[in-house]
Amino acid sequence: MSLLRFSTAGSVDDGKSTLIGRLLYDSKGVYEDQLASVAKASAGGSGGTIDLALLTDGLRAEREQGITIDVAYRYFSTPKRKFIIADTPGHEQYTRNMATGASTADLAIILIDARNGVLPQSRRHAFIANLLGIRHFVVAINKMDLAGFDQNVYNAILNEFTGFLDKIGAPKALFIPISARDGDNVVTRSERTPWYSGPALLEHLEDVPVIEELERLPARFPVQYVLRPNLDFRGYAGQVASGIFRVGDAVLALPSRRQTTITRIVTYDGDLEATAAPQSVTICLANEIDISRGDVIVPASALPHVSRRFRANVVWMNAKPLELGRGYVIKHTSHQVRGVVRAINYRMDVNTLARVGASKLELNEIGEISVETHHPVYFDAYAQNRVTGAFILIDPLSNETLGAAMIIDIEGKEETRGQVSAADRAARFGHKSAIVAVEDTESALLLERELFDRGANVAVAASPEPGTAQLAAAAGMILIVVGSVPENALDLRRTSTHEAVLKLGRSGILAGHEEQLIEGEGI
Amino acid sequence: MDHLDLLEAESIQIIREVAAEFQNPVMLYSIGKDSSVMVRLAQKAFFPGKIPFPLLHIDTTYKFREMITFRDEFAASIGAKLIVHTNQAAIDDGANPLRIGTQKCCGLLKTRALLDGLAAGGYDAAFGGARRDEEKSRAKERVYSFRDEFGQWDPKNQRPELWNVYNARVDKGQHIRVFPLSNWTELDVWQYIGRENIPIVPLYYAKPRPMVVRGASLIPIEQEFMLQPGEKAEMVMCRMRSLGCSPCTGAIRSEADTIDKIIDEMKLVRRSERENRVIDHDQEGSMEIKKREGYF
Repeated sequence: MSLLRFSTAGSVDDGKSTLIGRLLYDSKGVYEDQLASVAKASAGGSGGTIDLALLTDGLRAEREQGITIDVAYRYFSTPKRKFIIADTPGHEQYTRNMATGASTADLAIILIDARNGVLPQSRRHAFIANLLGIRHFVVAINKMDLAGFDQNVYNAILNEFTGFLDKIGAPKALFIPISARDGDNVVTRSERTPWYSGPALLEHLEDVPVIEELERLPARFPVQYVLRPNLDFRGYAGQVASGIFRVGDAVLALPSRRQTTITRIVTYDGDLEATAAPQSVTICLANEIDISRGDVIVPASALPHVSRRFRANVVWMNAKPLELGRGYVIKHTSHQVRGVVRAINYRMDVNTLARVGASKLELNEIGEISVETHHPVYFDAYAQNRVTGAFILIDPLSNETLGAAMIIDIEGKEETRGQVSAADRAARFGHKSAIVAVEDTESALLLERELFDRGANVAVAASPEPGTAQLAAAAGMILIVVGSVPENALDLRRTSTHEAVLKLGRSGILAGHEEQLIEGEGI
Repeated sequence: MDHLDLLEAESIQIIREVAAEFQNPVMLYSIGKDSSVMVRLAQKAFFPGKIPFPLLHIDTTYKFREMITFRDEFAASIGAKLIVHTNQAAIDDGANPLRIGTQKCCGLLKTRALLDGLAAGGYDAAFGGARRDEEKSRAKERVYSFRDEFGQWDPKNQRPELWNVYNARVDKGQHIRVFPLSNWTELDVWQYIGRENIPIVPLYYAKPRPMVVRGASLIPIEQEFMLQPGEKAEMVMCRMRSLGCSPCTGAIRSEADTIDKIIDEMKLVRRSERENRVIDHDQEGSMEIKKREGYF
């Protein structure tokens, strides 16, 4: 049995609760005593009929006010699949809840009332679902019974909404004419829509492929936890974010950039030959290299972006607005970094799709921002990878989650197409340029090998000529010289290779963290 | 990967995240089937290492005797550190559900004891085995559920929770309740117990047990005070669907004496799991009210 997560959004009148109630009830996702307690709570109201909205509204305030405030998660299953519904309110003031529900969904059901046609709310839901990277869209045109099951009504909505989905770059949608109240095309195909040849809603939900898509992406393994139960075992625990890792794969650990191979994939139930997203496993590597929580293991052949500056779409979720220059904690996969928002490139008016200038973003507003972090972040564009492209912003003072962001790309990529700067080189090699003097050739070659294996741009100059240092600096290299100590050189003559590497790391020449690069002393 | 593999992978990710980000986590262990699954997931998360945090049992002293026996054997068998906390002052004052009512009894022996137990250990994160399908206010609960200095839950002001990126930041005195089984259903739990051969308390399996039959309810006779004048126990083929304190947990008539039979029973059952838990029905919205005050 597989698993599908889908989101719905809607308000009181569009039949969302009736649809969910029907899916739950028809698949026995709701129990008799729960129905009875709902009947008890709705007694005195509409009398006789059970209000299915009460099934999904879990908080007292919601039942009292007759509105959905927060995301509720609902569960049902058929013999083919288990389903998790993220059921969210539809009004503009609950945009953040819609985004929350959409963040884990594989599929979005957008409800359109056949009598009212496409409303701003339908567009907003589609926009947010697309922004949060949902790949499968279903447009359920509801209350077809009240529209006489008229194919023209269906076609008009299909044409109008397809145009909108194309405009925002959303995936192609399946349009299903339904009556949630009567059950037409919900679980089984309806005889009242002979002009519709597609599947019923539940059939489609049972058949949509989801997991396979994750496996085709470049492999990513964010390290959550280092397991060292005894001296003989060192493993990196985490959940495969995307792609497939196999024993024997050549991989690179970031930020150390050291290349190694996978020796074991360990689980409680025995070792595996291969692991695919989204399995939680423990990976062992051939070399004892310095990897800690927040690092990521990737294939040597498909690296993610590494940058301190990137652009992202953000949904703001707090009453305190997003402000430029303010320090935020950014949590991205399994690491936290400090960062600031350098620019709000625009605010998106979701109703008109207009890009509006803005100096701050208020609660429930969506915009594109430019972020700068204190340390480099290893990411893919959210459009390619929903795990490594997502982050949340946290207020370091109140600890509240303020916003959710989806990375678009490295900031200023176009600019770097011009002259290659020292900073560009440092960002690529992970170190600044330096000259290191050692005692003899043997030490020089050992150190070179050590640094080279860590991904450094390094060379030994046995007999440096005038101008060699300048050339090495221009190339962003670490130059190892034997014997005489040039001015400004690090002198590592009486240290072991291991200590030398440590020392280089401490002085910021061979460092994973850009902060150290800035403070470190190069040539 | 089937749905159980996916749920397992998700839960392990949550458990590891907590172990990595909090100073002093603890796993609440109630001896029930959900706790049994949660502990197995923790074993898997840190294999080949041991679970890097203790288990905490809030003992009301009204648990079934079979539960306590099972608890001690189970904790020892997996090499876990088990801490038991009881509100002894309230017990000494004679707190029991018949004398002071279920709401007060839960308040003292579960909620108060839990908050005191967490404070005593200085825990900043506490895993719980609650599931969102259990009860309607739990359907709104986050995986990381923030609790203030008084252990209170504010359902209208919860932190947004997107993807599997969790906000673990708390100030001193605050803590997070973490629910790694949020997306599991009762049937998922049983299927997983069956697939993984997870040991569970024998009370879940049907056998003839002494019960007082009171209307549609089957009341287990573990505590003398549960017998009303004129009542006497009779042997009934039954099992527990959900385990709590014996005075407040009804049994269900059942022939299911193996895991497979229980799973089949689950697929047909039309009544909810917590229907036999008296404390869920002592007032409208009662779970939400208890949870706001710090109840698990």
